Amino acid sequence: MKTPLIEFKDVTKCFGDKIVLDRVNLQIYEGEVTTIIGLSGSGKSVLLKHIIGLLQPDEGVILFRGKPVSEMSRSDLAGSFGQISYMFQGNALFDSMTVYDNIALPLIETTRLKKTEIHRKVLVRMKQTELTEAAYKYPSELSGGMQKRAALARALITDPRIVLFDEPTTGQDPVRKNAILSMIAQNQRKLNFTAVLVSHEIPDVYFISNRILALYDHRIVFQGTPEELENFNHPFMDEVINSLEGLQKELTGLYSKRQFELLNHLQLRRKGGETFCLVIFSLRELDAIVSQIGHDAAQEILRNMGLFIDKHFGAIGGISTRRATNEILTVLPYSNLAETERIMEDFIADFNRQAVPSLEEGACKFALGGDVELTILAGAAEGQSRADIDALLEQARSKQKEIGRLQCAPGE
Amino acid sequence: MAQTGNCRNKNENDEKAVWGMAALRPFAFIGRTVLDWVDHLGAAAIFLGMALQHVFRRKQFAKTVRQIYYIGARSITIIMLVSLFTGMVLGLQAYHALSKFGAQGAVGSLVALSLIMELGPVLTAIMITARAGSAIAAEIGIERISEQIDALQTMRINPMRYIVSPRISASIISFPLLTAVFDLIGILGGYISAVLLLGLNSGVYWHSTKAYVVLEDVTNGFVKSIVFAVIVATVCCYQGYFAHMRRDSHGAQAVGLATTSAVVTSCVLILISDYVVTSLLI
Repeated sequence: MKTPLIEFKDVTKCFGDKIVLDRVNLQIYEGEVTTIIGLSGSGKSVLLKHIIGLLQPDEGVILFRGKPVSEMSRSDLAGSFGQISYMFQGNALFDSMTVYDNIALPLIETTRLKKTEIHRKVLVRMKQTELTEAAYKYPSELSGGMQKRAALARALITDPRIVLFDEPTTGQDPVRKNAILSMIAQNQRKLNFTAVLVSHEIPDVYFISNRILALYDHRIVFQGTPEELENFNHPFMDEVINSLEGLQKELTGLYSKRQFELLNHLQLRRKGGETFCLVIFSLRELDAIVSQIGHDAAQEILRNMGLFIDKHFGAIGGISTRRATNEILTVLPYSNLAETERIMEDFIADFNRQAVPSLEEGACKFALGGDVELTILAGAAEGQSRADIDALLEQARSKQKEIGRLQCAPGE
Repeated sequence: MAQTGNCRNKNENDEKAVWGMAALRPFAFIGRTVLDWVDHLGAAAIFLGMALQHVFRRKQFAKTVRQIYYIGARSITIIMLVSLFTGMVLGLQAYHALSKFGAQGAVGSLVALSLIMELGPVLTAIMITARAGSAIAAEIGIERISEQIDALQTMRINPMRYIVSPRISASIISFPLLTAVFDLIGILGGYISAVLLLGLNSGVYWHSTKAYVVLEDVTNGFVKSIVFAVIVATVCCYQGYFAHMRRDSHGAQAVGLATTSAVVTSCVLILISDYVVTSLLI
């Protein structure tokens, strides 16, 4: 069995008389994105601070690669914690230093690298996090999103193996929230670090997480994949997930996954044997696009696309949801493939006439660089109401073809 | 009847106990305060020890120089202003007092000795506390409540090395230098009031200054200023560093109160330690 990278065994933490963590047991595995979800004040940040050693448990053991942290020698501790970076909820940027100095600080203070090497590394990170133009600004001169990016750049500058993110999207608008999550996911794939997130952004955070840990009533009540969480039968689901997950998602204005499934169930499963179609819309090579125009512009395109799809198909009884970071799924109940293709022809014409100019305008407003051409794909598949939805999705994906192109250049 | 009597006795006993408790309350308060002070004193001593460990570590020089600029160089104007008027007032008072005995010739030595042995180190320390000490406490306090110090720890940067140690080293270097500036400008102030304004002979003033001031007086003044530097830097850094642990307030208010405590405690300790050091040096 795979040894967890970090493991908590019966970890208890109290502040005075208040129990914050009560015999918490959890495992975090290497190379994965693990998200801790729970209500505000449930002890998520306290849990994260135990991982990095800012807090010590009153009872229980924390294991790092199977070795108890409390029994480690000083050099082992430094080695273990030296692999971890932490992105604070409030960013904790040094307000008397510029963005450049903030990012360079860990390298200047903890390594023997030459100035030129430090400069090169900082420039690379600033470029990756779209901060090059803000290099000599102070944190107070930056927007909330830019401060988050500066904190992320600082957290990643030492090439850590583990990065802890404490509510990285707090206080951001829907586009920026998704831009930050997308940025974390992209960097995690690129740099292959282990990410541990504390977040409220349900269900957006599911798209980037391999595992979800649910903290409820001072304990971890669930550990598993986002799909497994959907079938988790516990008061946590009603009290936490339903309260955090709105009927419609903030970013795209589409139905949340839960609401989508409810409607889907009501419409299609009332009687067996009904034919329906599903259509998958996606942006081709989102990661490549993001690296050219930036996360904000990509999320803005996705948002406007979702709004347009929902408006168009909603009017004829279609229900839409966001399926993955760059996928929107629309279900057309009682429609067969021939009808769907006719509907799609109308949609493509409307999309190119009405949506493309507004999508281009929105994206250009946020775009950071590059004269980029974006391709939007769509594919449909027909199924019966009791058909395996995953197989249908694969079928729709394999049939995807180009339905429109966007030109995006900054400052247009 | 017997039962009523017991009740009355019990009530009387309870009343006595309450009075007894009330009478003990001031002692309990004094005891708690003293224990609190001793506790803080011990913690501050350990804090100082931990900071001093890093004084000669790698990459500390640039940080120390930067702090010398903030604590020392930027305090020069205020030190010069205060010392000039202190010297002028001393010259004025000394001239009028000594002229009653026909001893105006001793004005120079009186001004110089007062400044070098006592007023220079003490007033310099108090002025730096007011200007730089308060800033140190506030700055570290804000760094603490905005999690910047926690951020340093997560980056494996020792906050004692990065924040506290350079400020203590810079204070130890700056305080004697500023004291020297204070003494010189103060003596010049005495010259302005006694010689230029009141007509004392210039040669008499300088001769008396040179004749009665010995090197030991100057070194004693510097010893004092180093003691004050350690006290002020430790108290101000300590108050800011632990602003988040104050029991009387939280957040920005805690930083405000930590700054006030830093200034008040430093000033009180400067005066107390002044007496102790003087009695040891004399």
